[in-house]
Parts: sequence; C-alpha cells; structure tokens
Amino acid sequence: MIPALLVLSSSTLVHLSPVDLVIIVFYFALVLAIGLYLKGQANTGEDFFMAGREMTAWVAGLAFLSANLGSLELMGWAGNSYKYGILAAHWYWIGAIPAMLFLALVMMPFYHICKTHSVPGYLKLRYGQGAQAISSVSFAFMTVLMSGINMYAMAVVMRVVLGWDINFSILVSSLTVAAYVALGGLRSAIFNEVLQFFLIWAGALLIPILGLIEAGGWSGLQAKILQNLTELNVPNPGSYTHLWSTLGNFSDNPMGINWVGIVFGLGAVISMGYWTTDFLVVQRVLSAKDLRSAKLAPIIGAAFKMMVPLIVILPGLLGIALLRDPHTGNLLRLVPANVAWSAEGQAQGLHGYDEVLPLMLARYCGPGLLGLGITALIAGFMSGMAGNVSAFTTVWTYDIYATLINKNASDDAKVRMGRWCTVLGVIVSIGTAYLVMRAQSIMDYVQALFSFFIAPLFGTVILGMLWKRATPAGGWAGLLAGTLSSIGMYTWVKVDPSAVRYVALSMQAQDQAQNMFRALWCCLICVIVTVVVSYMTRPKPDSELKDLVYGLAPIPKDEHVSMFHSPAFWGVVVAIVFVILQIIFW
Amino acid sequence: MKSGGSLSIWFFTGLCLGVNGALIFARGIYEAIYPPAEKVVLYDLHANIWWGAVLLVLGTIYALRFSPARERARNAGKS
Repeated sequence: MIPALLVLSSSTLVHLSPVDLVIIVFYFALVLAIGLYLKGQANTGEDFFMAGREMTAWVAGLAFLSANLGSLELMGWAGNSYKYGILAAHWYWIGAIPAMLFLALVMMPFYHICKTHSVPGYLKLRYGQGAQAISSVSFAFMTVLMSGINMYAMAVVMRVVLGWDINFSILVSSLTVAAYVALGGLRSAIFNEVLQFFLIWAGALLIPILGLIEAGGWSGLQAKILQNLTELNVPNPGSYTHLWSTLGNFSDNPMGINWVGIVFGLGAVISMGYWTTDFLVVQRVLSAKDLRSAKLAPIIGAAFKMMVPLIVILPGLLGIALLRDPHTGNLLRLVPANVAWSAEGQAQGLHGYDEVLPLMLARYCGPGLLGLGITALIAGFMSGMAGNVSAFTTVWTYDIYATLINKNASDDAKVRMGRWCTVLGVIVSIGTAYLVMRAQSIMDYVQALFSFFIAPLFGTVILGMLWKRATPAGGWAGLLAGTLSSIGMYTWVKVDPSAVRYVALSMQAQDQAQNMFRALWCCLICVIVTVVVSYMTRPKPDSELKDLVYGLAPIPKDEHVSMFHSPAFWGVVVAIVFVILQIIFW
Repeated sequence: MKSGGSLSIWFFTGLCLGVNGALIFARGIYEAIYPPAEKVVLYDLHANIWWGAVLLVLGTIYALRFSPARERARNAGKS
C-alpha cells in the first residue's frame, strides 16, 4: 500500500528526521543572517522603504513574483485546483500574464517618472488626499488580513504534516519575519524573497515530476481524474481538465462561472487591479534601478508565473487522481476546511482542500526531501508575509503617518516608524489568522478581499493615468462608491443567498465566480461614478498633472539596446507562450 | 547589483541550495545502503539522490560564481 499515507488517520502525516530539522533550522539561520547583514544598509527612508531603488531587473522581477508566491498561494491554489480542476490555472494565466505585461509596458513609466513611494502616494499626487486616504487605509487593512491568511496557511501545514502546535509555529515564523524586515527593510525582504523563490521551486517541483510518473503522464492523469470523479458521481467530470471549453455555460464546470466572468471579472478587473495597483507587488518593481529594469522586472515575473501551475495546479489535479484512503482503498475525498476542522471532521480524520499539497508532499518525499518541502512552504509563508508587512509599513509610514499624523516627520523619524510598524503589523496580523478558518477555502476569502479593495482601485488608478479630465472629487467618489458597492453586494448575498442570481448571474455560481462578478460590477460602478462626478466638478490644470497622466508625462524612450535586452521583445515572447498554453489546455 | 557590501544575493542562494543539496544527497546515499522500513511512493526512483545532486551542483556553481572574493574583485574593477 502507500506507507506514507498509512498515517493519514493519525494526528500527523509524517515525522521529521534529524536531517529535515537541520534543513529547516539552517533556513531560519540564513534568513536572519541576511537581515543582520543588511541592517547597515537601511539607514535612510529611501533605503529602508525602497531598497535604495537600485535592484536589477532579475532581482526585482523574482521578488515581484515571490511576494505573491506565499504559502497561501501554494496551498490555497493547490486546494482550489482540487476543488475546481484546471480552471484554477486561469488565475495564473489570463488572471496574471496580460496584467503583468500591461504593468510593464504601459503603467510602469508613470510610476517610475513620478517617483512615488507607493500606489496611494500616486493617488495623492493625482487626485489629492481624499482618494489617498481611502486607498491607504483600505490597503493597510487588507495587508494585515492577508498576512493573517498566510499565517493560517502556515499553521495548517504544521498541524497537518508535523502535528506542531499552531501557536508555536505562528510565533516562531512571524517573529523571524518581523526581525529580518525590521532590520533590513525592503532590501532584506527582497533578498529573502529571491532566496525563497529558489527554495520554493527546489522543494515543490518534485511533486509534479513524481506525480506525473506515477499517473502515467498527462493523458494518464486525465484518464484517472475522469475515472475517479465518475466513480464519485461528480457532475461534469471531464471539465476538470479543460481550461476554456467548459466555460460556455455556468452549469458546465465545477466553478459555476462562464467566460464573461473569467475574461472580464478576472482578466480585466481583478487581475489588472492586483498586478498593477496592489502595492505589495508594485513596491518590488519600484525598487528597480532604472526604467528599463522596472519594465523588464514584471516581464521576468510573468515568464516564471506561467510556470507556477506546475508546482501548484498540477499537485491539486494529482490529488484527485491518486489520493486514496490507505485503510479502505477507496478514493480519498477532501472536504471544505470548515468541515475538516470541525470536531466531527477531526474525529473522522478528514482533510481540507488546502491540505492537498502537504498530502502530496508526504506521499513522495522521504527524509531530507521532506525537510526541503516543508522549508519551501515555510519560505512561501515568509515571503508572503514579508511582502505584506513591508508594503504595510511603507503605506502606513508615508501615506498615513507622514501625511495625516506627523506631516513634518524627518527621514530618521520615518525609518524609526517603519521599524516599529513592522513589528506592530506582525502583531496585528497574528490576530487575524483565525478569521480565515471560516472560509471554505483560503483563496475564496482572498478573492473576496481583492474584490472589496483592489478592483475599484484599479478603476481609479487607470482613469487617473489615462484620462486627464478625471478630477480629485471624481477619483475620491468613484473609489468610495466602488469599495462600498462591493462590500454591499457581498453582504447582500450573505444575508440573502438567492441574490447570487443577480450578483453572479447564476444560482450555480460558487464563491470564486461570485468574487469575479462582484469585482467586475464594483469596478464598473467606480468608473461610472468617477466619470459622472468628474464632469460635474472642476478639473486640475494641466500644470498640476505633469508626469502623472498620459499625454502630460514625457515617457523616456528606451535606450538603444539590442533586441534581446528590450522589454517589448520579451513581452511579445511571453504573450506568445501564454496563447500557446491556452490552446494546449483548451 | 549593489547588494550592500561584497555579498550578493546569488551567493546566498547558491549557499542555500548547495547545503540543502548536500544534505539530501547524503541522506539519499544512506537510504540506498540502509533502506527504510517505511518507504514513500516511488521510493525505487531514489529521488533524494538525483534531486540532491542537482541542487548541490547548481548551488555550488552559484556560490562559486558569486563568491565574496569574486564580488570584491568585480567591484574593485568597476571603481
């Protein structure tokens, strides 16, 4: 039988050997050493919050991706691919690649030229303090919540795989993050994110390789999924391995979504909002040393992002095909987290969707490799959390503290505030970790947050960059209306579940589908309100919009570089590969 | 990239991959000689040996290519 899974019903999946512990301890020592080493390089605000704006395209690009590749991302999307099938890959392809290329080639010049410290900082320059205040407060709120989600994901790994006490794992990991970010600022966070990027791949790549060998390749995997889901009487079992062909009708796929929700809700709103205006990721690109590096960084990130489904989506699909109960030999069916975590679920030894990655890890990885896999998940947790904490620190210090509380703060005072804020952000986010247990799966909860704050923000930022008639009152009112309407729609469906037929256009819409449509509507509301209010109010004179709006910002021409160093060339290459992937998995 | 001194991020990356690779490779050799009672799925492929070797080689290349001595020499050449 499957020895590693023989312990499924016991309290832990595996026990670490001494070599696993050495690998984990070595990782913790290394990240702290990096923080200590870089402490002396974070003395000014520019150093602490922007890493001195001297990162190369590769470092900024890998950090850009790694800040997004938290354990939340790894476990949450593996869980979602188990739940929704290959449809989850949309969040890596159409839900990321076009937006990353758009950021690189269209938006980056504006961010770079105006030398802003943050996205709310851009809103202040473009619209004034009203829009900045809404954006910075909602962003600060979102980042600590996201940080809590990462902690929860981490705690799940430790509980499932090792049986470690949740409080212990949260405390040790979060204090480590607080230490290295407080010591070295963004530079330390970025250095560790690059390190974590390689560790994540080193620890996670074996699962799809060995999984595909066991399943008999992609065609064998498809056949096993079809057979298993048919055995379990799951509707539309064939749809779990098709990306687009089942999106004609809401009822033809496990997510209850159609192509409109994916293309417009995800591709045009959620994804554009996240990758171009979420300061967590944009901050990494702002640290690039020049405009060409700043444009190349998201393209490098996009190239690697396209490959992430290998280590995230594929393990979820392999879970459907290969996981069986070691005692009965029956198919193992994972359940929503709230069911798995209930007393009854625990008594039955049930596992949640988000546990599929640790389960696959335990299936293939013996001593040594297991330590590396666990380290990869810890690294994912830390990169996700450090990303949130460093972005929170910057927005709090520049856009709340230095703008609303102490307008005359010196550079030293900002750095001091940044260090304290790092610790405070970690403490607050610990408190949010337990909130996420109420969501069916982690990513549903995350996407709900994005639809509240990121989707309307995208409408405000893009109008600000491309339409000079947008006024401060219009920007403020649009952002507020978009955010409130999104929260309102969410509450409406919670109070009256039948309202989903209006919000998501179908009663079959699952959480993710609802998030996509809610994002689409609230972004449209934001844009409409911004346009209407702008036409009713006085616009800013052109002189105040210099370097901020298309047509009034002199975009520097690319230096004369060879084709292979040109951001546009690599952008086209990434776009072509993206299209090919859609066709292959159609 | 100015990395704050003579240590590059790529050196840290190489160090991390190299050390982990060495540990995993060594454990794989040990397991090949003394097979464990409870085996993981596809144990016969000895993933820890070849995966550990891959990480060890990659890590060593990076650590040597971006070693502090080479970085110092490179920085001295630029100034």
